Amino acid sequence: MSIRERLSGNEATAIAMKQINPDVVAAFPITPSTEIPQYFSTFVSNGEVDTEFVAVESEHSAMSATIGAEAAGARAMTATSANGLSLMWEMIYIASSLRLPIVMALVNRAVSGPLNIHNDHSDAMGVRDAGWIMLFSENNQEAYDNMLMAHKIAENKNVLLPLMVCQDGFITSHSIENIQLETDEEVKKFIGEYHPEHYLLNDKEPIAVGPLDLQSFLFEHKAGQAEAMKNAKQVIKEVSEEFEKWTGRKYGFFEEYMLDDAEIAIVCMNSTAGTTKAVINKLRENGIKAGLLKIRMFRPFPVDEVAEALSHLKAVAILDKADSLNGAGGALFEDVTSAMYVNKKQVPMVNYVYGIGGRDTTEAQIESVYSDLQKIAETGNIENPYRYLGLRKERN
Amino acid sequence: MSNLIEIRWHGRGGQGAKTASLLLADAAFNTGKYIQGFPEYGPERMGAPITAYNRISDEPITIHSNIYEPDYVVVVDDTLLNSVPVTAGLKEEGAIVINTTKSPEYLKEKLNGYKGRIYAIDAKKVSEETLGKYFPNTPMLAAIVKVTGIMDENLFIEDMKSSFKHKFAKKPEVIEGNMKALELALKEVKQIQ
Repeated sequence: MSIRERLSGNEATAIAMKQINPDVVAAFPITPSTEIPQYFSTFVSNGEVDTEFVAVESEHSAMSATIGAEAAGARAMTATSANGLSLMWEMIYIASSLRLPIVMALVNRAVSGPLNIHNDHSDAMGVRDAGWIMLFSENNQEAYDNMLMAHKIAENKNVLLPLMVCQDGFITSHSIENIQLETDEEVKKFIGEYHPEHYLLNDKEPIAVGPLDLQSFLFEHKAGQAEAMKNAKQVIKEVSEEFEKWTGRKYGFFEEYMLDDAEIAIVCMNSTAGTTKAVINKLRENGIKAGLLKIRMFRPFPVDEVAEALSHLKAVAILDKADSLNGAGGALFEDVTSAMYVNKKQVPMVNYVYGIGGRDTTEAQIESVYSDLQKIAETGNIENPYRYLGLRKERN
Repeated sequence: MSNLIEIRWHGRGGQGAKTASLLLADAAFNTGKYIQGFPEYGPERMGAPITAYNRISDEPITIHSNIYEPDYVVVVDDTLLNSVPVTAGLKEEGAIVINTTKSPEYLKEKLNGYKGRIYAIDAKKVSEETLGKYFPNTPMLAAIVKVTGIMDENLFIEDMKSSFKHKFAKKPEVIEGNMKALELALKEVKQIQ
């Protein structure tokens, strides 16, 4: 039986962590994710969880402590944003290469500089190749639900990879909205206990973790990580189906909104997908066949499924909330266009870099994208595939 | 989403506009609505202009942007009328509620010919009479509930009683004053002609 509540995205994440009741949480405060360890430390003080909370002195130490705990055989979690993730950088790769199923809440924020505390996806895009499973969340509900599914995915013996649950800083992390929560007992039952096969504190099986790994085997170990990432797809599918049976809330690799009969579509992630849905509802009233493909599972990337889902369209816009500064489009654009190419699907596609540093993404902006797509669909003429959305005319 | 109501709050840091928007979201949630309550975060300082928003609907709300064409605007501090375009995008069939003692002529001039309904309340007087201190957000919360009619006033009062019990669990002595502030504000908010 679900519980009707109203919570911010950060509150929802902290409550998911309370229900998960991990063995260790190590975190350092950084806007806009600060509330997560803040609320969680209150649960610790009040005895609502029996987690060991480690108030570390930096994010590098937060990730290091989480790695140490997970390697010891514990279930360990953390939360961060932007520059906090940047400071974790070295250890982010260590976590995934040691195959430690750590779960992290990443509340997306622009990476400095200049200093900005608001939302974009530059922090997440910076670790897209680090070997972490990355799930994106449109709202507080999805941030909560993805967190409840996280451990079952990460800890699966065919996966054993760290996982981060992303949501938009301030836009959903600090917005109070309706949400359905599950009961503590049901969450506990769904997630189950963690019994790692190999761990440091097992005195019957002494092991070394993270020793020197040179020309002879590092390549094979990296291939192993890549294989695990491929395996994660099937596991994410199965866990999501099990979750749907339990809660009634359906999750795939991505969500298709009005996409089946659409002629033009937007591909995006996180909160912008919600605003796009509202715009689609209006356009549909005027007979414009607009649709949306919202990526939930960004890593691993659902290459074949995305290509199949977009193959019938006349024009597609991919919205990137981070600029790769490469003169060749954002990360999501590259992934989607590459998916189309290897699947031999030819659909005109344009890229919009948008919402940088918390620039508000309005319904009018989204409408303008669909309007551009209508023109491209009519003429087949893209002109400039690398565009901005919501950029000021004057630059300073 | 024809039943969607969008509200924009203008206040100054420290006056509780953000808290009021969250309390409004709470109260509407408790009557079964779908709600959003969120502030526009900037460099937060005491006294600096701040904006907060509410969306309230009978159906799930998916939009995640600021509000540019609100149905209602609440102005918690009338000195903002000199510096912030508070009626920007405000729908004419909507209304604006201002904490002020200024004359109708002054308000009309400052509102750039806004053609919708204009309501005024002396939230300072209400607050000082009931709380003994100047906290404008509690009276402004009651005022916007009255003007929007989004919920039954008696239900609202009952609901706030339990909200305040929770919110002020550690200082129960302020609950009675806040309840009186709400009740008085419901009576004091007046449309200006």
